[in-house]
Amino acid sequence: MRRMIIAKLHNVTGIMNRFTAVLNRRQVNILSITAGVTESQDLTHTTFVIEVDHLDEVEQIIKQLNRLIDVIEVADITDLPHVEREVVLIKVSAPPTIRAEIFTMIEPFRVNVVDVNLENVTIQLTGDSAKIEALIDVVSPYGILNMARTGSAGFERG
Amino acid sequence: MKKIKLEKPTSGSQLVLQTLKELGVEIIFGYPGGAMLPLYDAIHNFEGIQHILARHEQGATHEAEGYAKSSGKVGVVVVTSGPGATNAVTGIADAYLDSVPLLVFTGQVGPLSIGKDAFQEADTVGITAPITKYNYQIRETADIPRIVTEAYYLARTGRPGPVEIDLPKDVSTLEVTEINDPSLNLPHYHESEKATDEQLQELLTELSVSKKPVIIAGGGINYSGSVDIFRAFVEKYQIPVVSTLLGLGTLPISHELQLGMAGMHGSYAANMALVEADYIINLGSRFDDRVVSNPAKVAKNAVVAHIDIDAAELGKIVKTDIPILSDLKAALSRLLQLNKVRTDFNDWIKTVTKNKEKAPFTYEPQNHDIRPQETIKLIGEYTQGDAIIVTDVGQHQMWVAQYYPYKNARQLITSGGMGTMGFGIPAAIGAKLAQPNKNVIVFVGDGGFQMTNQELALLNGYGIAIKVVLINNHSLGMVRQWQESFYEERRSQSVFDVEPNFQLLAEAYGIKHVKLDNPKTLADDLKIITEDEPMLIEVLISKSEHVLPMIPAGLHSDEMIGLHFTDENEEVDNA
Repeated sequence: MRRMIIAKLHNVTGIMNRFTAVLNRRQVNILSITAGVTESQDLTHTTFVIEVDHLDEVEQIIKQLNRLIDVIEVADITDLPHVEREVVLIKVSAPPTIRAEIFTMIEPFRVNVVDVNLENVTIQLTGDSAKIEALIDVVSPYGILNMARTGSAGFERG
Repeated sequence: MKKIKLEKPTSGSQLVLQTLKELGVEIIFGYPGGAMLPLYDAIHNFEGIQHILARHEQGATHEAEGYAKSSGKVGVVVVTSGPGATNAVTGIADAYLDSVPLLVFTGQVGPLSIGKDAFQEADTVGITAPITKYNYQIRETADIPRIVTEAYYLARTGRPGPVEIDLPKDVSTLEVTEINDPSLNLPHYHESEKATDEQLQELLTELSVSKKPVIIAGGGINYSGSVDIFRAFVEKYQIPVVSTLLGLGTLPISHELQLGMAGMHGSYAANMALVEADYIINLGSRFDDRVVSNPAKVAKNAVVAHIDIDAAELGKIVKTDIPILSDLKAALSRLLQLNKVRTDFNDWIKTVTKNKEKAPFTYEPQNHDIRPQETIKLIGEYTQGDAIIVTDVGQHQMWVAQYYPYKNARQLITSGGMGTMGFGIPAAIGAKLAQPNKNVIVFVGDGGFQMTNQELALLNGYGIAIKVVLINNHSLGMVRQWQESFYEERRSQSVFDVEPNFQLLAEAYGIKHVKLDNPKTLADDLKIITEDEPMLIEVLISKSEHVLPMIPAGLHSDEMIGLHFTDENEEVDNA
């Protein structure tokens, strides 16, 4: 099952190393991980999405992460109301003959076109991971030449 | 940031030593090298801290562990960069797994060379991150007092553990006239929690409805300084106790309610109690796989309560009904204060006591070969069960766990979690330095002896009167035992056909030495153990000894092999 975990970390050298080392040691399958400094230079917010078999595993992972001196709090927000966004850039093969068809197909996603040339277009989409997966499914048949995803970032609502 | 002016320009190295002295550090175990030249230069004229020169960095870390394990104080280690640091890694990992408070200073090359494959450079912070509670690389000399103070605090509080400080050469060389605020800056560190009355009441309520409770006494009882109140709790409620390897000594072996060590080479009584109990109270043990080799089966019909200082241990291995996150001393003190609940375990105590008599640890004396069990039993008698006992790792370690009559807190110093061969001799040196008035005896096999025997050089140099009992079976006994039991007797690389003359080796180090091979005179020969001088007692034993009984890996506690029942009508399993 897919679980979305967020954590507040003390922004010190090597903290992401320690943090991911715990996940690595527990042999957790990390689907994505993002991190950035918050409004306070001392704090880093990280969001990571993992695949686990049982909820017990998540509980144990959270406990082991909490044990790190520089981890302030860790929470599994999968089942809480939360906001989650990810950005994807996709370069799609788009020769002029089918370009109009592609734009029609992706129109409902409200993507931004960020680069265009004769052979391809690069589109950008912001959304939760389900929406991004859906877009990838739609454009795959046309030929994806390059793709970059940021991974999900988020926190609880309210 | 608050700055503090110093009376005179002070080097980073002097700041390290001054801070350690202020923290109460009396002894450092170390080994110099290029990147640590500045610190060693400062050590040369520094008064108030003794430096013990090891002969290998692994020795230095195990010495610090022996010192820390037997005293509860922080063991301080100083090693150089690169190979000095990597040699120390085994000891750091050992300390991490057994929650031993260590403060390890590693040298580092100058900042302009870091990350550029300089001479004797290793990414020590990266290497030690997964095996330390925390680690630092000091970037600014003015930060030294705060970082050293923090590291020392982290090592000894909460769940203790090793903390490493990487000290670049220029940082230790530089002289500063002011330092940064030296007070702790650990806003997110929670030292420990205290159990709530509701949690403890739940533990007691369960006790009042249980018929067959058992306590697992773990190393946490030693580490939290709770031995006295733990004993009072056991007495108050008359609950039978099984010990883990690191929990031996928390309740005397002679105590009626002490069923002995549980687990792979534990006693029949202890393991059967774990199987039959309806209530298991785990105090400061982490349900290690050597205690419960089959977590799916343990406590299938029992309620489990577990008090631990580390949240990550609660529910990690065994499903726990009453998890209590707490400093053990705080929890046990409060448990004693709460109103006594009504209990009656008389029938249960009769059952477990009968099991003790039914299959105690036992061996048959032989005419030709000395039995290791006999050796340990005699030493137990001659030292009145009061010596500090240190072991290396392997068969002898388990025999010593089974046959020595422990009765004191922090009495058995052994590598529990990591199972580090080579631990014994240096750990005994550290333990003797911490407890100079105690008789310190180290049991070691001929395998482990050859891993760290270079540390014997310290015995005369520093007047450290440890007794090294070398149980020599000319093999890596535990490996051989498993090969004989589970690999169709293919003794692959586990037998030493050629061995050094250990007597001459002891002679070379200037240590008194004897070699014992006669079972008939053993009782007399071993009396030298009470003499107060360093010595090597080599005891030759058979090449075919096994540690029994045993729960084969993965099996449940009632699937022991090699049991020997007192009543001959009982089934005897000679697997």
